[in-house]
Amino acid sequence: MGDHHHGPAKGLGRWLFTTNHKDIGTMYLWFSFAMFILGGFFAMVIRAELFQPGMQLVDPAFFNQMTTLHGLVMVFGAIMPSFVGLANWLIPMMIGAPDMALPRMNNWSFWILPPTFLLLASTLFMEGGAPAFGWTFYAPLSTTYAPPSVTFFIFSVHVLGLSSIMGSINIIATVMNMRAPGMTYMKMPLFVWTWLITAFLLVAVMPVLAGAVTMMLMDIHFGTSFFSAAGGGDPVLFQHVFWFFGHPEVYIIILPAFGVVSQIIPAFSRKPLFGYDSMVYATASIAFLSFIVWAHHMYTVGMPIAGELFFMYATMLIAVPTGVKVFNWVSTMWRGALSFETPMLFSLGFLVLFTLGGFTGLMLSIAPSDFQYHDSYFVVAHFHYVMVAGAVFSMTAAVYYWLPKWCGRMYNESMGKTHFWISFIGFNLTFFPQHFVGLAGMPRRIPDYALQFTDFNMMSSVGAFIYGASQILFLYNVIATIVAGKPVSDEKVWDGAEGLEWTLPTPAPYHTFETPPKIDPAHAHS
Amino acid sequence: MCFEAKRLIKLALGPVLMLMGATVMAAGGEVNQMNMSPGVTEVGKQIFDLHMIILGICTIIGIGVFGVMFYSIIYHRKSKGVTPATFHESTTVEIAWTVIPFLILIGMAVPATSTLLSIYDHDEAEMDILVTGYQWKWKYEYLDEDGENVSFFSNLRTPRSEIYNTEKKGEHYLLEVDEPVVIPENTKVRFLITANDVIHSWWVPELAVKKDAIPGFINEAWTRTSEAGIYRGQCAELCGKDHGFMPIVVNVVSRQEYDEWLGAKQTEAAEIKALMAQTFTMDELMERGKAVYDRNCLACHGANGEGGVGTPIADSAIATGELGGHLDVGINGVPGTAMQAFGGQLNDVDMAAVVTYQRNAFGNNMGDMVQPIDVFNHKKG
Amino acid sequence: MIRLSANPAIDTVIKLVTVAVAMFAFVFVVMVPLYDVLCDALGINGKTSGQAYTAVQAGVDEERVVTVQFVATNNEGMPWEFGPSQTAMKVHPGAVNDTVFFARNPLPKAMVAQAIPSVSPARAAEYFHKTECFCFNQQPLEGESAADMPLQFIVDQDLPRDIKTITLSYTIFDVTDMVNGSVAAR
Repeated sequence: MGDHHHGPAKGLGRWLFTTNHKDIGTMYLWFSFAMFILGGFFAMVIRAELFQPGMQLVDPAFFNQMTTLHGLVMVFGAIMPSFVGLANWLIPMMIGAPDMALPRMNNWSFWILPPTFLLLASTLFMEGGAPAFGWTFYAPLSTTYAPPSVTFFIFSVHVLGLSSIMGSINIIATVMNMRAPGMTYMKMPLFVWTWLITAFLLVAVMPVLAGAVTMMLMDIHFGTSFFSAAGGGDPVLFQHVFWFFGHPEVYIIILPAFGVVSQIIPAFSRKPLFGYDSMVYATASIAFLSFIVWAHHMYTVGMPIAGELFFMYATMLIAVPTGVKVFNWVSTMWRGALSFETPMLFSLGFLVLFTLGGFTGLMLSIAPSDFQYHDSYFVVAHFHYVMVAGAVFSMTAAVYYWLPKWCGRMYNESMGKTHFWISFIGFNLTFFPQHFVGLAGMPRRIPDYALQFTDFNMMSSVGAFIYGASQILFLYNVIATIVAGKPVSDEKVWDGAEGLEWTLPTPAPYHTFETPPKIDPAHAHS
Repeated sequence: MCFEAKRLIKLALGPVLMLMGATVMAAGGEVNQMNMSPGVTEVGKQIFDLHMIILGICTIIGIGVFGVMFYSIIYHRKSKGVTPATFHESTTVEIAWTVIPFLILIGMAVPATSTLLSIYDHDEAEMDILVTGYQWKWKYEYLDEDGENVSFFSNLRTPRSEIYNTEKKGEHYLLEVDEPVVIPENTKVRFLITANDVIHSWWVPELAVKKDAIPGFINEAWTRTSEAGIYRGQCAELCGKDHGFMPIVVNVVSRQEYDEWLGAKQTEAAEIKALMAQTFTMDELMERGKAVYDRNCLACHGANGEGGVGTPIADSAIATGELGGHLDVGINGVPGTAMQAFGGQLNDVDMAAVVTYQRNAFGNNMGDMVQPIDVFNHKKG
Repeated sequence: MIRLSANPAIDTVIKLVTVAVAMFAFVFVVMVPLYDVLCDALGINGKTSGQAYTAVQAGVDEERVVTVQFVATNNEGMPWEFGPSQTAMKVHPGAVNDTVFFARNPLPKAMVAQAIPSVSPARAAEYFHKTECFCFNQQPLEGESAADMPLQFIVDQDLPRDIKTITLSYTIFDVTDMVNGSVAAR
């Protein structure tokens, strides 16, 4: 089987036709970073316009296009693909598999993404402009009142959904069938566990999103009335279908982040993860609960009180497994031997800020209070604490943590730490004041605001520019590491790191685990 | 210059301000308000108390969790030469931190449920107001058992010059309307909420009311305010281009003032009826027409009829064409475009005035006049 | 567990694709009909039944008076004059009541309208029975003509005691294009 031992092909063909999980993981990661920059650019336009009251830079219609595209690009282009990239790189290495179960499909699920986002971005130049109805695209604003580009938007969502489903099927097939002998489920690293559960969520709910946009398409072009009262439909039905997808979707984004942090905190605490079993069960409970809480996004829509109470109680329950996770991470640190390299700093940043986002989440679950919070900047602050400080911080931590293993070179530690502190300060300066303006009554998605909100918005904008600029440092550090970082050759780059990926040579060879590794049955999970 | 300097100082002091946040209990709509306002209703106060309770519990839990975490960060450092422990589970502890949060949640659910029940109270209201969301304004209709409904539109009053920074912004920038909704204090008022086009959401923080306005369906919410005053809110659901420019102003007055106001509105409606029979001079129509134009047409068609979102009016085929066609566009709108049917929004006097104005301003010089009776007749067909 | 393929990976793929397809179908064959059923049963959005009520109430509760309020809204682009002939009625639960809405088409062309009912409080929707309603059908009206549109209803005797006012709202939509479009399509 000499065929298996050659290195990567040369030139562009390597990337176009590759079926290697590491190549595909790399492409996903770079693509998602590019989308992160694009979505970040949209965010900068938003924050620049909101720097002071009055319309300065863009008109309100364009502003709405920016908020819509920012949300779509960040959720579907940056965060989700970045974790798929991470899964591609790491899952085979963590479970002792030579590659993903379905390498050819892996290639397709990546390569349909870039053209789709190109199409989505091109709607900006179309007649009537890009979609301007928010990333939640509520009907009838997204159907009867939508710009013509909505058809391209629908097509994009279909393809993105297809890509996600393909990626998820691949991950499930890999985890279920390709584990090395002795790698039982309860020995899998937590990152693999969280991704396995995430992948099941994706397979279950991406088709629901596809269903929602299909109904939109039919309403717009084929005369049906799913979401139009005139023909016997109901715009509120759209919200139910959307959030039936949308709530699991937010856990799809955060669960892999939990997995990453559950790998990194033990490594830098030099102590095994506390409560591995309860972590697995908590993840599964969160996934299950995510299916029965969707209407907490719709408390003001006019539900019967029984509905409000059911969704309020169910949502509050999510605090229990989420709390278990936070307590476990803190207990992992307790009486460890902690050190604070960049991955650990970002993980701790995650821990603190995600917990704050969890608290505001609990507040938002309380239906009567939500009548005041709903659709205000308080909500914007909340979900950026869980999406950015949650998902993006943990993703950043992951890159710093595994980059030396991937490329055999060490990043610049002091630059990494600088990146962390600038990010941390910039992030909080951006989003903490948004709690205040939200509570004081500033609605979200407005291009201009009343004078009493000025100072906090100004702070928010300054913070956003700082956070945005810190990403340039990140990009520079990563490129500098790949090109000219200090070589490392220890298998275990980090002395506290556990897991099969750290038994491989550094940098990880193009093909790994062509013969399955031996797993010590006495050794607990990694 | 001085203004900018002040801003910068405030900005620099921002983090300090944030720390003070918990102690600053600002009343509604104040500059740099940092917390929810209890508002002026019983329900609002309940919601505020609930909000503070949950915030308090979260703060205490947060201090506990972060306390333990920072203790570890400070004392359990590798650089201090500690040997890491090896424990990795404890059934007792894990059960405890599953059960205790659950009990805390039950503790939170009790006041939450009772507050929700008071929001959903269906006691008879003394008056009903139908609130209809439009792109991008609100319409209020006071339902009257004798059929003498009073209704009017409430538009943003902030001039474009303030929004586009050519003039200094007023105190209530973006939170001011040409005609506020007026309600009496200490009276249970029921709002029936619906929409004409897309979903909007009627939100006045100090009345503790936020309810979605959904086209085709009707929602209800209620309030009973204890204090007279002017309360301001905004549309809370993204509803298109001018979502940020459709404020709500509620003027809460004494019962007596309310009755006077309502009487005046009813008289005004009767007067409009009378005016419809009148004949106006060109000057009267032009003056009234300019006011109507600035309020209703300018946003899309431009201050000088140069167009924008809407087509230009200066030298346009419609405004310089046959009168019947012009009236038709004004009254019935142009289906499939942003041009709405104004027939139901403007009374016949205003419609006559604005059409006359459009035909004789911005360099258009048709010289013809439209009288209210012409509009009336055109509507009748 | 049934094996659908000798290759375990392909077996997993087939099963997962089935799940994905089933979830897509679930939206159309379960969520949409279920939502309609739940709306009718629970009065979500104040939806009332689209069918004429045919049951007979046990009797008339002369003791109790409920105010029924009528509200009319024109959806965007609907130029008709449309409204109730009386803004409110005081009725006894169990009794059959009649009222009319008037409609006038001011345009010179024939148009078709659809009125969508909605009841508030939503909890009252299931106790508000229409035995006859113009909203059951689309309403055509020749250009520049008017019509009185009848409504006959019964308020159920089981209406919760705390509800003293019921608001019946109609939103009228212009469905001329929809009707003509579907005719053309056929």
